[in-house]
Amino acid sequence: MIDWGSIFSNAAVELISPTTAAYALAALGLAVHFGYTGLLNFGQAGFMAIGAYGYAISVLTFGFPVWGAVLVGIGASIVFALILGIPTLRLRADYLAIVTIAAAEIVRLLFTTNTFVAVTGSANGLSEYKGGFRALNPLSFEGKAGFGPWMFSANDWWNIIVGWSVVILAVLFTWLLMRSPWGRVIKGIREDEDAVRALGKNVYSYKMQSLIIGGVFGTLAGMIFIMPRAVIPSAYATSLTFFIWAILLLGGAATILGPVLGSIVFWVLLSFFSGFIARAVEAGWFPISEVQAGQLRFILVGVAIMLLVIFRPQGLLGNKKEMSFVK
Amino acid sequence: MSSETTPTSGPVKSTGLHLGDAEPGCRKVDPILVADGVTRTFGGLKAVDVAHVEIPRGAITALIGPNGAGKTTFFNLLTGFDKPDSGTWQFDGRSLAHVPAYRVARMGLIRTFQLTKSLGLLSVLDNMKLGAKDQTGENLFRSLLPFLWRKQEQEIEAKAVELLTRFKLDAKQHDYAASLSGGQRKLLEMARALMSDPTLVMLDEPMAGVNPALTQSLLDHILDLKTQGMTVLFVEHDMHMVRHIADWVVVMAEGRIVAEGDPHSVMQDQAVIDAYLGAHHDTDLGAAHTSNVEAVKELIDDEQ
Ligand SMILES: Nc1ncnc2c1ncn2[C@@H]1O[C@H](COP(=O)(O)OP(=O)(O)OP(=O)(O)O)[C@@H](O)[C@H]1O
Ligand SMILES: [Mg+2]
Repeated sequence: MIDWGSIFSNAAVELISPTTAAYALAALGLAVHFGYTGLLNFGQAGFMAIGAYGYAISVLTFGFPVWGAVLVGIGASIVFALILGIPTLRLRADYLAIVTIAAAEIVRLLFTTNTFVAVTGSANGLSEYKGGFRALNPLSFEGKAGFGPWMFSANDWWNIIVGWSVVILAVLFTWLLMRSPWGRVIKGIREDEDAVRALGKNVYSYKMQSLIIGGVFGTLAGMIFIMPRAVIPSAYATSLTFFIWAILLLGGAATILGPVLGSIVFWVLLSFFSGFIARAVEAGWFPISEVQAGQLRFILVGVAIMLLVIFRPQGLLGNKKEMSFVK
Repeated sequence: MSSETTPTSGPVKSTGLHLGDAEPGCRKVDPILVADGVTRTFGGLKAVDVAHVEIPRGAITALIGPNGAGKTTFFNLLTGFDKPDSGTWQFDGRSLAHVPAYRVARMGLIRTFQLTKSLGLLSVLDNMKLGAKDQTGENLFRSLLPFLWRKQEQEIEAKAVELLTRFKLDAKQHDYAASLSGGQRKLLEMARALMSDPTLVMLDEPMAGVNPALTQSLLDHILDLKTQGMTVLFVEHDMHMVRHIADWVVVMAEGRIVAEGDPHSVMQDQAVIDAYLGAHHDTDLGAAHTSNVEAVKELIDDEQ
């Protein structure tokens, strides 16, 4: 018999997990890039990797405090955005896409190669960098606390609280930006950058600002992402970027809460499907192995996203009216 | 206001703009834009090859010429949207060579495009507001503090609504620009260009695709710019319009300036007729030339 209770409670855990927060923040960064500015960044995984490694290496190799490690990560991501943007932002949108996808792979391979194993841990990655972060935790209870399906340890609660606080701050920041004249210029660039240039705006500089802001969101997401787990280079493969794109389109590209809702829906669905398939295979409902079952959940999520794109192309929170003008 | 001038009486033309004979590259009493030796080649094709031209201040100048004469390319070069192979040009006495397009616009030289560029998924009002210059809230850090820019935003909005009313687009202000018709987009683009109080407005075919009923009001708007002290340079194929509002006409063909003069005398220039019909028009009057023949017929009709 299938234990529906545990399937649902596992799915409910994803609703507020720090991983959901990390994906939401990374997707919000893409919303700034693509939804508002029209920049095609296919290297968000690279920005996340820079956040993860920037934090972990600062702590482990240089013994930096939490705030120092965070600043190193942000600084590295600004440099990364400049390296990507300076040669490409004067060119057509597709050039940025090609350069970002390649640069993110280069970043991942640099962290994977054995050459820097003393600093990066190579394919094994890094761990033991969480002490400083956990020392800041004001919660100090033994065992687990919470209610319903949300029973977590003090460290888990700390990850959740910090992760979602950063998401909320980023949402507020983006909301303030996009309702301002700055946001108007950014949206104008998305529509037609030559027209905006003809009105006296320095389009190149605005595109660079947008690339940096969305990239820093990705970097902060990378830091939230590694708090409940270790840093493993293979986590930052191109597929991570595409999951974040899926979340963005799921929620609505030019919306502020869309990426957050998209991430929640994505993770809850993924957890639900994987729980359901695993139990169903155990119960002998499907004639497939457990390894195959692990892949099937992505297929089901893919089908769910396809259905959504067909029947609600603007995303969950997108504006229906906009779609009638998309060529 | 000039909208009260009836077509029969005609708008007041500025005269005495040039010094010496009205020949290609002739000097002007008070030029606002001066170009020297501006060339641009595409592959083997010399699209623009302008030895010298001056645009008179405070007047309406028409840039005419057959398709492919290089008018749009010349516009792009002057406004920093394209880079010439050689040449220098000054606007208001300041050199514009190697100045990026957005800086050209900030200096007060605003252009519109032959293929209209409305910002589709922005509201008509937001399109207009984007045109205003020196906006505090367009700075990343100050944009986060609305109290710094709210007052300026209200002033910009008031100005935008006033202009939209003048262009009869105020009823559409909250719609997406993408929902406007082609002619309305031309109007919006022109209105948006005026948000920054430019000193020189360059319009690339403002009448193309505009319903004749709207043409008159567009003409009035352009004449209005002159009464407000702006200089207008426009590209146009509609000879009636050129004749009606232009104070000065510059004719381009195959990248070169082939004639200049006031609208009446320039139309009788042999070089202009050659330009429109092709230099070999005696031997080669193919179907491709029919539209040019039409244009010249229009000129001759108008003359009579
Ligand atoms: N980007 C380009 N690449 C190659 N050739 C070009 C380019 N832009 C323009 N040309 C060529 O330069 C010449 C001048 O073009 P331009 O657009 O300036 O003409 P125009 O005078 O504006 O014509 P129209 O009245 O039809 O708008 C044409 O022969 C055109 O084919
Ligand atoms: Mg043209």
